Amino acid sequence: MIVNPDLRIYTHPILEFKRGGEVTVFFEGKPFRAFEGEALAAAIYASGVNVFRISPVRGRPRGVFCMVGKCGSCMVRVDGVPMRSCVTSVRHDMKVERVSGLPDLSRYGRDVAREELDVDVLIIGGGPAGMASAEVLCGTDLETVLIDDQIRLGGQLIKQTHIFFGSRELFAGRRGFEIADDYNKRLSKCSNLKIITGTTVVGVFKEGVLAVGDNVLYLVRPKYVVVAAGAFENHLVFDNNDLPGVMGAGGAQTLMNVWGVKPGSEVLVIGSGNVGLIISYQLLQAGVNVKAVVEALPRIGGWFVHAAKIRRYGIPILTRHTILSVKGSERVEEAVIASVDENWNVVPGTEKAIKTDTVLLAVGLTPNTELLRQFGVAMKYIPDLGGLVPLRTRYMETSVENVFIAGDIAAIEEATTAFIEGWIAGYSILIKAYGEREDFIESREKYLRMLQEYRSAPVSEKVRRGWQLSLIS
Amino acid sequence: MTDFKETGVVDLKTLVKMGYVPSDVRLHRGPVAIYECVEEIPCDVCVFSCPFNAVSKNKMTDIPKVDFERCTGCGVCVGRCPGLAVFVVDVSREGDEGYVTLPHELLPPPSQGDAVVVLDREGGEAGTGRVVKTYRDRLTGSWVTTVAVPKNLVMNVRAIRVIKR
Repeated sequence: MIVNPDLRIYTHPILEFKRGGEVTVFFEGKPFRAFEGEALAAAIYASGVNVFRISPVRGRPRGVFCMVGKCGSCMVRVDGVPMRSCVTSVRHDMKVERVSGLPDLSRYGRDVAREELDVDVLIIGGGPAGMASAEVLCGTDLETVLIDDQIRLGGQLIKQTHIFFGSRELFAGRRGFEIADDYNKRLSKCSNLKIITGTTVVGVFKEGVLAVGDNVLYLVRPKYVVVAAGAFENHLVFDNNDLPGVMGAGGAQTLMNVWGVKPGSEVLVIGSGNVGLIISYQLLQAGVNVKAVVEALPRIGGWFVHAAKIRRYGIPILTRHTILSVKGSERVEEAVIASVDENWNVVPGTEKAIKTDTVLLAVGLTPNTELLRQFGVAMKYIPDLGGLVPLRTRYMETSVENVFIAGDIAAIEEATTAFIEGWIAGYSILIKAYGEREDFIESREKYLRMLQEYRSAPVSEKVRRGWQLSLIS
Repeated sequence: MTDFKETGVVDLKTLVKMGYVPSDVRLHRGPVAIYECVEEIPCDVCVFSCPFNAVSKNKMTDIPKVDFERCTGCGVCVGRCPGLAVFVVDVSREGDEGYVTLPHELLPPPSQGDAVVVLDREGGEAGTGRVVKTYRDRLTGSWVTTVAVPKNLVMNVRAIRVIKR
């Protein structure tokens, strides 16, 4: 009998978690219950494990942070091989250990298969933007390969349980994870499309684009590329900010909505943008207590409706407040917040300790642009779009011919706009490949108009301003 | 009027000013939708969800305009609004009870006859109520739930906490 705490969610107002058969994994020699199909990080986190790794320099405990394979904070050794446990599926009898210090090159020299792919189109990233481009190309005779680094296709849609805004054509009224399911089904039927998941595109070389999968190296030589690699979550500076229990809000969303595991029991959310407000509501839905949402600005950052949704259940939104520190040994036990004045200085004497085991950071995202820089794409620092971003034409082409972008890599925005940009990039490729056919041009114009309409609201002012600075002809 | 983007709470004055509160005559005639969609956001789910064409927008990014003469208070938009920002109130019946229909997405699921704690826009307990009707929206799965509350609370009650015996 395995007796551990169990943070799994078994009843949920909106989601149904389908778990596979029960298996046992061993973490540091101790048996843990897991279910087939679960991510390893989720399975052991659910059983109360906080410390996944010991940091290389100062030997500090590290826990899960992003849950999507971007940060390396949850790296463990699985049967001797260092792996990011959040993007590794459980297997019966796995032997898992903490990685202490730097991971080793235990894989080096092992036999790996090699596959070379000469294709028309390479799509990097299988979130809304990449899936939308693939949808446009589906059924044409352009041989297309879509590579994604996650276990499942869908990007961050798979954890979005809220109902989509926007017009009917833009999935409005449906929930994100349902849209991802639809696309998974639809794209799997495209005969000209090869989908490779669990595989990371690591670099651009003379010989082609290199991607690393589980025991396979892919060398892809495409004529056209859509880079839809999304974004990663920002961190925030405060004392002890690497303590397990401090997590990205998106990471917590993945734990909770994809894997059905509560991120904690008493949560403090930092940042009142839409991500911070939405995660707070979803925590309520999962039966987790939300202590407060902390916001440094004098006004709430996200949409009013999302704020109203949590306020009516009594969650305070503390504007003009910031987090100063967290305390705890192997896990957050307390957070200290304080008021800030109009110059962002902490008002002395306003410090307040809050008992909490989880601090979620919802303080923005940064476009994931490393690959674009390797392609030689011209970049510009535009804070309104999320930082360093590629210059682009209105047709989503970068300064490098035949290299396109779509989604959060272009500007931190939303799934809806990511879809539209993906469609635009897809049509741009069709127009290049087949010439200026009227139907293609018409479709692309329709999506360009849709994008403009969607961005015309005051809430999109920043993005509109940023786009003006990012355009090339 | 308070700045709702400072508090996350909209007050009645603002709703009146935005044209979201029907006349007393209309309120007493029968159920009617109260939209608390006070910020211009890109969405028009209510416009295409309404079976009676009672909700309109010139642009997707406008705030919705509700035609209270066309609105029957049917509550379809309550279950569809992605912002959970639509409620139906009914003060047309004899006696002290009024009805509020609201979207509910938390466990335990409400069922007819349940006692509930009713909450205002700040999560304050405004009293108790009783579930008189509830169903899951076919598309979104939200529980569109009607609770009976004292008549004077219908413009205050915006959420419930279900108490299971």
